[in-house]
Amino acid sequence: MAIAEQRRTDYQRQVVAASGWTAILHDWTTTVDHKKIGILYVLMSLVFLVIGGCEAILMRSQLLFPRYDFLPPDTFNQLFTMHGTTMVFFVGMPILIGVGNYLVPLMIGARDMAFPRMNALGFWATLFGGLLVYSSYATGGAPAIGWFAYAPLTERTFARTAATDLWALGLLVSGIGTLTAGINFIVTILGMRCPGMTLRKIPFFAWTMLWTSVQILLAIPPLTAALVMVLLDRNLGAHFFDTQNGGSAYLWQHLFWFFGHPEVYILVLPAFGMISEIIPVFSRKVLFGYEFMAAATAAIAFISMGVWSHHMFTVGMSKTLDLYFAAASLLVSIPTGIKFFNWLATMYGGKIRFASPMLFAFGFLSMFLIGGLTGIMLAIAPFNFQLSDSYFVVGHFHWVLIGGTLFGLFAGLHYWYPKVTGRMLSERMAQWQFWLLLIGFILTFGPMHISGILGMPRRIYTYEPDRGWEVWNQITTLGAAIQVPSYALFVINIVWSYFKGPLAGDDPWNAWTLEWATTSPPPAYNFEQILVVKSRRPLWDLKHPDDPDWNYE
Amino acid sequence: MDLFGVGTLLADCVPPENLSIFHPVSPGGRSIVSLSILVLAITGGILLVVGTVLMYCVFRFRTKTFDGHEPPQVYGSVPIEVAWTAAPAMIVFILVLVTTRTLWEVEIPVPEPVVGDNTLFVTVVGRQWWWEYQYEYYNGQKLGFTTANELHMPVSEASQQRRVYLTLKSADVCHSFWVPRLAGKTDLIPGRVNSMWLQTEQPGLYLGQCAEYCGTQHAHMLLRVNVESPAEFERWLQQEASVALHVDEATITRGREVFLGLSCINCHAVRGTGAKGTYGPDLTHIMSRATLASGQIPNNRENLRSWIADPQKIKPGCLMPAFGLSDKQLDEVVSYLESLR
Amino acid sequence: MSSTTNLAHEEHPLSAGSILTLTQMGMVAFLVSEVAFFSTLIVAYLTFLGKDTIGPTPLEALSLPTAIVSSVFLLASSGTIYLAEKQLHLGSLRGFQGWWTLTFLLGATFLAATAYEWSELIRVHQLTISRNLFGSTYYTLIGFHALHVSCGLVAMLAILFLSFRGDVKSEPGGGAELVSWYWHFVDCVWIVVFCIVYLWGR
Repeated sequence: MAIAEQRRTDYQRQVVAASGWTAILHDWTTTVDHKKIGILYVLMSLVFLVIGGCEAILMRSQLLFPRYDFLPPDTFNQLFTMHGTTMVFFVGMPILIGVGNYLVPLMIGARDMAFPRMNALGFWATLFGGLLVYSSYATGGAPAIGWFAYAPLTERTFARTAATDLWALGLLVSGIGTLTAGINFIVTILGMRCPGMTLRKIPFFAWTMLWTSVQILLAIPPLTAALVMVLLDRNLGAHFFDTQNGGSAYLWQHLFWFFGHPEVYILVLPAFGMISEIIPVFSRKVLFGYEFMAAATAAIAFISMGVWSHHMFTVGMSKTLDLYFAAASLLVSIPTGIKFFNWLATMYGGKIRFASPMLFAFGFLSMFLIGGLTGIMLAIAPFNFQLSDSYFVVGHFHWVLIGGTLFGLFAGLHYWYPKVTGRMLSERMAQWQFWLLLIGFILTFGPMHISGILGMPRRIYTYEPDRGWEVWNQITTLGAAIQVPSYALFVINIVWSYFKGPLAGDDPWNAWTLEWATTSPPPAYNFEQILVVKSRRPLWDLKHPDDPDWNYE
Repeated sequence: MDLFGVGTLLADCVPPENLSIFHPVSPGGRSIVSLSILVLAITGGILLVVGTVLMYCVFRFRTKTFDGHEPPQVYGSVPIEVAWTAAPAMIVFILVLVTTRTLWEVEIPVPEPVVGDNTLFVTVVGRQWWWEYQYEYYNGQKLGFTTANELHMPVSEASQQRRVYLTLKSADVCHSFWVPRLAGKTDLIPGRVNSMWLQTEQPGLYLGQCAEYCGTQHAHMLLRVNVESPAEFERWLQQEASVALHVDEATITRGREVFLGLSCINCHAVRGTGAKGTYGPDLTHIMSRATLASGQIPNNRENLRSWIADPQKIKPGCLMPAFGLSDKQLDEVVSYLESLR
Repeated sequence: MSSTTNLAHEEHPLSAGSILTLTQMGMVAFLVSEVAFFSTLIVAYLTFLGKDTIGPTPLEALSLPTAIVSSVFLLASSGTIYLAEKQLHLGSLRGFQGWWTLTFLLGATFLAATAYEWSELIRVHQLTISRNLFGSTYYTLIGFHALHVSCGLVAMLAILFLSFRGDVKSEPGGGAELVSWYWHFVDCVWIVVFCIVYLWGR
């Protein structure tokens, strides 16, 4: 372990000594190394996470009291538009793609992604897209259209400044970045696995990244096309969504949600993958029912392509369509249930150690369970007539995206941080971060379900007194305030541990997948020799030569 | 299902400020609640069972430090997998069945108006950021007047059902009509015609608001539904259908002249005068409404005056500009509007 | 940095059982996403077909003979690009360059025909993108197809340039092969678009 550490500092010292900090900057901006690109993705997403978080805090301050005038209406409307856009497109997707970028080649025993230069293009396009979206503030204010930008609110009649154009252009550009990442993952996973690693033997995280990428391939282009239509409407006078001239507001909703629903699974499948790596290692047991888990992932990816209109139950579809989309949405709960039960079965009979990754994995399991169940409620079309577009929905999807994606992601970041930096995170800070996040999260998003049931619609900048919403909004704001130090602790922890954390060594968690077979951090070429694997847990086989996995698979 | 009974009991004594979807006063709302409670029970059961297993695993199998002996490795089991695929599939099947039943109960096609049907037909037009109500037919009789922001409807009785069918349209962007205690929401989408129905046995005031983000003042696109006895409702109908009162009094006459002489009439209509604008709320019987600015402030002289003086102060971003009237003109216009009962 | 990645590429054995090379897989994945993109444009076209209250309608504006002639050029170019590849495979660089240039010319003729068609639509029928729903959807769909043709032509020029430097070889997943795959795809899209816009939708 000391050797890796030595190697790293030596390298840095050499680079700095040779040509100074500009050389490091040059190195990082021109890199095509999947690990460095992965780190860039994650760091960019964390910056956007802080920005999106600040936007949320401002909104929550405005909702502290009924008829409060902390923020003017348009400012509030811009904030929720930017918050949603930022969190989905510039935090959620890029951070998962970043983690995938770092890990997938290591996990499958490859030396890089299939197309390293396209990989770099993907990152820079995403960053550029984010900057484009935020440059809309230079037009006098960000767009105030909501992150799903329902037509015709995006037409020039209703959104006069160039803010909406910059928003659409930014999403278009970052979408191209996301698409290249998706193509890259598919080709890498299908074509660059080390000898012996058949598709049935790939680490589960790689499997979920594969299906996420398939969804990216099918879901992003329709969004791109729809954004092009918005831009043509606004700038060349086309009429796609121009309802005054025969355009269709309804078409936008279909196109957007055809992207938007798979998007939810794009955001959650990689978290499933991380959890499926972490639970076995910290329970000291092999993942229960790998094949069924794999099939369930594919099933989720397939079914989720055909459920988009459950976001549109209130647009007045026919009963038959309502029923179809309700039934299809409920079907997703079956493979999701399979996954959940398999995670529990993996824990059952194990020796579970609650180090920080496992703690976050526990947070994921307990919170995602609830988010999944409120999802079932929303899939019941008549119930949805009441709940849709209320705060219940806001509570639900934050429960899934934070309780699911973010907890899973934090589990992953804590788990793989030692591999990336060669040092351990402070366990003490991690535990504080976890409990603050869990409590703050429950206090923030739990009461939202109640205010929704009490009739509070989403996206209102203020509300009337005496409706019984005040207290729930105040608890929500309090919860948001409790979450703030949790994120701050995480940032402090990753910075502090980078310099002061104890050395990690190659394999600090006694794990089983290939990334732990190389040094921490791994060298630029990942592995000195091409590895050959014979089972799903090559390092288990190495550690237990008397009882290797390939006897059982 | 028992909870549902409690819900109806509670509904008798809850104030209009209560917008809870669990206090329905209509057949449609009640079907949704009974389905919802079933769904809550099922999902609650799942939470209890799975949550217990999770907690059991956590507490039973946790270890402080790993002793170096790996536990027995279990790779999977086909029978177990089949079992926990089948169980959720069964639950999904049941949920689809009950969803179907409720869907067919709640979604009813709009019939044609017939004499003697005791049914009210209203076209609702969503506008940034207020509601226009075009009263079409009642009991088979053509009505044909327009009002704004406060929907009036007759109460349904055990002996005589009185349904209200709403035809939903939008003049600009997407909106959504949501009065939680009366019905689930339905969107108003430009270029599309939607419909929904209301029916309740309980007179009273029911509140709600636009549920689809529609621009700057989405938060103040409030809904008020007055459910009245048939006699009261018919009196209201008669009054609304009539043209504006013509009061001959000096201030009011001057106010009328100011009103008709300014650009007010480009947007507002007062039936019986030259004001025929359709862009803003119809003011023919403005004083029959309890509120101004789509339910935002009580309708009284003081509020009316400050609203006309500068609407942007009360509802920033709203589409009515301040006209810079002198104090005298303001008083006169307010007096005129006050005469529109 | 780039030296390590090259190393990874050359030394890394393909996974066992992999039928396609990496670049071939990449092109297939890209084309799948293109299918999703064009499907969306076609859905939009069909959504608004016949919904116009002001003309011109497709029947009034679109000239079938022009479209058929330009389609023949494009379809023929799929044949010539196949022949070019065959020549490359047989080791005839000159043959390859000949057929490849012909393909480029056919594609360029198709583009020119589209340009002529558009100028007629604008001058004779006053059909612009802002005229009506048909104009909006038609120019978007056909325009994006033409954009893809243009990209294909640029790629062909690049390959042609490389072939004169002797850098084009017959190999699975090589540049010439990928461009031809892309070209066939653009051709297939045209067949679908032609059927929908010029035959069925007229």
